[in-house]
Amino acid sequence: MTAASLSAMPAPRGCLIEARNVVLSFGQTPALRGASVSVSAGEILAVMGPSGSGKSTLLHCLAGILIPGSGEVWFDGRRVDTLGEAERSALRRDRFGFVFQFGQLVPELTAEENVALPLLFSGLRRAAALADARAWFGRLGLDGLEQRRSGELSGGEAQRVALARGLVARPEVLFADEPTGSLDSLTGEHVMKLLTAAAREQGTTVILVTHEPRVAAYANREVVVRDGKVTTLSPERVTS
Amino acid sequence: MSVPLTLLGLLEREPSHGYDLKRDYDAYFGRGKPLPFGQVYATLARLSRDGKVLAGETEPGSGPDRKRYAITDLGVSEVEAWLTEPVEAEPHLQTVLFVKVTLSLMLGRNAERYLDIQRGAHLRRMRELTELKQAGSLVDALLADHGLFHLEADLRWMDMTAARLAALAEVVHP
Repeated sequence: MTAASLSAMPAPRGCLIEARNVVLSFGQTPALRGASVSVSAGEILAVMGPSGSGKSTLLHCLAGILIPGSGEVWFDGRRVDTLGEAERSALRRDRFGFVFQFGQLVPELTAEENVALPLLFSGLRRAAALADARAWFGRLGLDGLEQRRSGELSGGEAQRVALARGLVARPEVLFADEPTGSLDSLTGEHVMKLLTAAAREQGTTVILVTHEPRVAAYANREVVVRDGKVTTLSPERVTS
Repeated sequence: MSVPLTLLGLLEREPSHGYDLKRDYDAYFGRGKPLPFGQVYATLARLSRDGKVLAGETEPGSGPDRKRYAITDLGVSEVEAWLTEPVEAEPHLQTVLFVKVTLSLMLGRNAERYLDIQRGAHLRRMRELTELKQAGSLVDALLADHGLFHLEADLRWMDMTAARLAALAEVVHP
């Protein structure tokens, strides 16, 4: 199938975000070699695969952080990979949320200021943004930690703060890259329960990169990235 | 699962009727496999014969379940010994998974595809257990966790095997 015929194809029914035959190399090292994946609105998709297989790179391409060398990325009926940096930045700010392995909270800010960041970047007034942010503390079992800085939080608390920051602006897609990778099993399970419950409640689509089967089991479906290509495991869903 | 020792353990809490024992056994240990009444009474009769329980007098009333059973000192020592004995650590060296992978390679079939299909089946079961864990009680969650960790161990084995398929093919299909 040619690139032209791919781009002329309508998105599958219900499909919100999609990579079509994405190729990307870091210098001479190929990371993605024709990766295709399609995610429906409201779906929680686990992207699995061994270290170095390209799963995080695929997530970064879908999120408009990296631009593929060839292939296409679509979100809500629009090409993402042909957008300029400012437009992609606006897309990430207004419609996407992010949670990473180590939380990556801003250490100088309090927990509630960290959660409020996406709202402040979207232009909401500080008082309103902080009020919205505070509402998440009770929801995620973080009451009383609003004024703490990241150094004063446990790993599980920091990751729940990061989760609140990822969801506070009600994104259409939440990109979660090994969100429990730095946590013990029980704490990781707690974070996954909260993540999936909040996403389902808000109708947020989740793309979850993980190498842990017990984390992937919280998703509706899984794909595996292997040698830069996407494979589905179930026989009826073979794509490559 | 040792039914006699489990019933004996339940009896150590307090003297009970067979019906109460069956109800508690099914609630905690009988997931999807309730204990037949016949087995409960046959087991209690054997335990009574062996001096591990004492059957009380038949109580007045209707229905078959009119005896209350109490554990004896011998029964208590047996439960105590059983609860400190380790279960045999079974290595599961002859798994169907291993046979299917090895045979696929011997026959020149696609072992990698089989492993992918098996991974998909394992992950589907893990999703079901995860849902059960979220919807059920703490007892359900602990049982589901036991299944989840075992399935995860299989998946790790499948990953390691997939990474060594070429080497294994040379061994079994020279």
